[in-house]
Amino acid sequence: AAGVGQQWVLVEMVQAFYEAPAYHLILEGILILWIIRLLFSKTYKLQERSDLTLKEKEELIEEWQPEPLVPPVPKDHPALNYNIVSGPPTHIITVNGKECVNFASFNFLGLLNNEKVKSAAQASLKKYGVGTCGPRGFYGTFDVHLELEERLAKFMRTEEAIIYSYGFATIASAIPAYSKRGDIVFVDEAACFAIQKGLQASRSNIKLFKHNDMADLERLLKEQETEDQKNPRKARVTRRFIVVEGLYMNTGDICPLPELIKLKYKYKVRIFLEESLSFGVLGEHGRGITEHFGINIDDIDLISANMENSLASIGGFCCGRSFIIDHQRLSGQGYCFSASLPPLLAAAAIEALNIMEDNPDIFQTLRAKCERIHKALQGISGLKVVGESFSPALHLQLEESCGSRENDVKFLKRVVDYCMNSGIALTQARYLEKEEKCLPPPSIRVVVTVEQTEQELDKAASLLKEAAQSVLN
Amino acid sequence: INHIVHNGGLYKRPFNEAFEETPMLVAVLTYVGYGVLTLFGYLRDFMRQWKIEKCQNATEREEQKDFVPLYQDFENFYNRNLYMRIRDSWNRPICSVPGAKVDMMERVSHDYNWTFTYTGRVIKDIINMGSYNYLGFAQKAGTCQEAAAKVLSQYGAGVCSTRQEMGNLDKHEELEKLVARFLGVESAMAYGMGFATNSMNIPALVGKGCLILSDELNHASLVLGARLSGATIRIFKHNNMQSLEKLLKDAIVHGQPRTRRPWKKILILVEGIYSMEGSIVRLPEVIALKKKYKSYLYLDEAHSIGALGPSGRGVVEYFGLSPEDVDVMMGTFTKSFGAAGGYIGGKKELIDYLRTYSHSAAYATSMSPPVVEQIITSVKCIMGEDGTTVGEARVQQLAENTRYFRRRLKEMGFIIYGNEDSPVVPLMLYMPAKIGAFGREMLKRNIGVVVVGFPATPIIESRARFCLSAAHTKEMLDTALKEINEVGDLLQLKYSRRRLVPLLDRPFDETTYEETED
Repeated sequence: AAGVGQQWVLVEMVQAFYEAPAYHLILEGILILWIIRLLFSKTYKLQERSDLTLKEKEELIEEWQPEPLVPPVPKDHPALNYNIVSGPPTHIITVNGKECVNFASFNFLGLLNNEKVKSAAQASLKKYGVGTCGPRGFYGTFDVHLELEERLAKFMRTEEAIIYSYGFATIASAIPAYSKRGDIVFVDEAACFAIQKGLQASRSNIKLFKHNDMADLERLLKEQETEDQKNPRKARVTRRFIVVEGLYMNTGDICPLPELIKLKYKYKVRIFLEESLSFGVLGEHGRGITEHFGINIDDIDLISANMENSLASIGGFCCGRSFIIDHQRLSGQGYCFSASLPPLLAAAAIEALNIMEDNPDIFQTLRAKCERIHKALQGISGLKVVGESFSPALHLQLEESCGSRENDVKFLKRVVDYCMNSGIALTQARYLEKEEKCLPPPSIRVVVTVEQTEQELDKAASLLKEAAQSVLN
Repeated sequence: INHIVHNGGLYKRPFNEAFEETPMLVAVLTYVGYGVLTLFGYLRDFMRQWKIEKCQNATEREEQKDFVPLYQDFENFYNRNLYMRIRDSWNRPICSVPGAKVDMMERVSHDYNWTFTYTGRVIKDIINMGSYNYLGFAQKAGTCQEAAAKVLSQYGAGVCSTRQEMGNLDKHEELEKLVARFLGVESAMAYGMGFATNSMNIPALVGKGCLILSDELNHASLVLGARLSGATIRIFKHNNMQSLEKLLKDAIVHGQPRTRRPWKKILILVEGIYSMEGSIVRLPEVIALKKKYKSYLYLDEAHSIGALGPSGRGVVEYFGLSPEDVDVMMGTFTKSFGAAGGYIGGKKELIDYLRTYSHSAAYATSMSPPVVEQIITSVKCIMGEDGTTVGEARVQQLAENTRYFRRRLKEMGFIIYGNEDSPVVPLMLYMPAKIGAFGREMLKRNIGVVVVGFPATPIIESRARFCLSAAHTKEMLDTALKEINEVGDLLQLKYSRRRLVPLLDRPFDETTYEETED
């Protein structure tokens, strides 16, 4: 029956063919031929359509002059001539031949010269040699790395931690592992350069909010909410993140974490916290800003920190729930494609953690010293103190600018030189002026460590007063 | 395809690189294998969704279940269903120095690789064919380690400051002068991480309005650096000079797209040895092209420094060229020097510029002093300045090992990719099941190998990669070869259809030419 039905349809078709008017058939025939021609014709590339002859092309190649690979750098560029430190950069440091008290290295807990840390590193050096000769995936995972990851996770009271071999690469690899093209990231204006590079690598939409201004952030979040209502399907797959630092490197301020948590749950945004300066500084046991404010650590999706400040080692780590951290083991570029941390540095970090756990009163001592110098530095004519009273990394900025940034930098250099000649080692905060999104004003970095005595703190404060006065006049 | 190139006198020695084509049957079976795995993957996902099977993935917090999901389900499909099955081939934890022989911590999984437990036993003396230890400087005793120990007790482990602030130690200056002397360039600068050397310095050298011509198979760090710079990126086929020339011509003749303005600069990014293919860049031709079209060359010698060349100075010495022809010579200290970090060498203006404008100098902590001392001692050893011929002997040993190993593997009938002189030896596996099987079988026979699959390689071209070392003795290589032969027969890995006439065993000789082929 199906065969008869098919035949019947065919007969109908042939009949229709005969009954159609001629122009109709001709039109259809032309259309079919046109389609066949289009299918077989070459694709039309705009670039190849050049009417240049071979000779003209050769002339163009001859004439083209590229710029020099790098432009020349003037000899007196402030960042070109580095200070040379002979010997270890510890409490008493020898800079350019002069012995000074170190107020410039981020050695907050004084663990750089600690004998126990050094002997743990020595033991590791005798057992493993120096390098790991491979990335984590290919025989570069040592038991020391696994131990350090466990210890960090236990210390911070999270499920898991992951270690990177370079502090800068930690947050710069963590952000692009989660945030991709099309996702939205709300980031503070004063975020450090590593965060900016991570955001650039992620290709997401970046929305800057004014430094520590929760009202501005809420305004941006509300705007995003109204956008979402216009396109709910897109909103359902667009991830949102807030990236903040615990203690900002560029301003010494603390971020208002409790309000951020409220905003997180209200607008359903995830929080990435960068704790390089606050790890080992804030909180009763040094666990950072979450302990300082008493917030449940599971409320923060990812905490990233580098081990180059309080832990006096090299490298960085991220900690959080396994759900989040495990993803970086396959998608963190700085983790998968780079050699792992040398075991002696991991052993040094473990020993530093031990010391932090055994002596929780050093954090109180550090905080007291910070308060002391913060108070002592008030009232210097011409310089103002920028930063919280308990922040160990402060900035001294000019109260009034000298006109241009270059002049400000020169002025501050004279202050720093005066102090260095009198035995206090300071440094200016260095930035890449053309690359930063929101360039902070020039400043002198003052770093407080646990090893500095009260006399040294007072001496530094009075010396800065003298220097500012003498350079101003 | 087999290239033996002499190319009008540009090459002073035969350049012998081979990439045998995948046999058709093998390709078909590989696709079938992946197809079966994908089907099973869908089935298991279905069962996990309907709770027939327990889901062992970590999950989102209860309080955050109504947030936008962090991962797309499909993104992790490969991870959950294919990678998880053979996950024990990677991230193997070791507990000794990564030399020619290594001790590994034994780990077992009772739930098909979702979680691992350590039995506490240590598998001792596994022949290590996976670590990048080309010149055997990964040692726990010896002059390098003693020097590093002394510096560690004097300087400490960390630095706590950036190069431009207070982190520039006298050790760093010493290292940079030494590296510049070693490479034969005017000056050099060292950084704490090889990956970061690329990703932070390429953006400092080129920007918008510049063109980057990058090889197809460049490392992730070069790709990331190129992306972060903001320049236009064009890709040429792997090691293919005609493709590169065409791109160069088109770029100069047509200028920037749409506006037709001339390009500010053109930078060619190539690597010395490509770590997944084992191929060596055709440097004489690249330099000839670079000169003809007035572009700049950035050479990443991560794997080739120390490993190629009669005195270990890298791919430039291997081809007998002058280091002045390469504008930016970059390399890492992780592989041949047994330390960590990277360097860039070149003219003084270049290094002065990088000292001022490199992202790493301004924002990243400088290198750790004991690591710097290890590099100083090992470079001096390679150059012969420590008064011994140990360095020279190691470079010779590595070259001998490379030739011997590659020849024996080819004789056995495996498909080996890459150049005859590269110490990176990829052995083709193709099928997904053989990836896991090869790794496990070799471990049972006490040999540690590295296997790589998708996404580091194209999907059907999974391979095992051997990294030879000067620390491997002939006995170790012979043991390894015997075991590889056995496993190759067991897993039917001998795909090669070319038969080679084996050479009589001769000691290493500069004038050795390649064997004749059928």
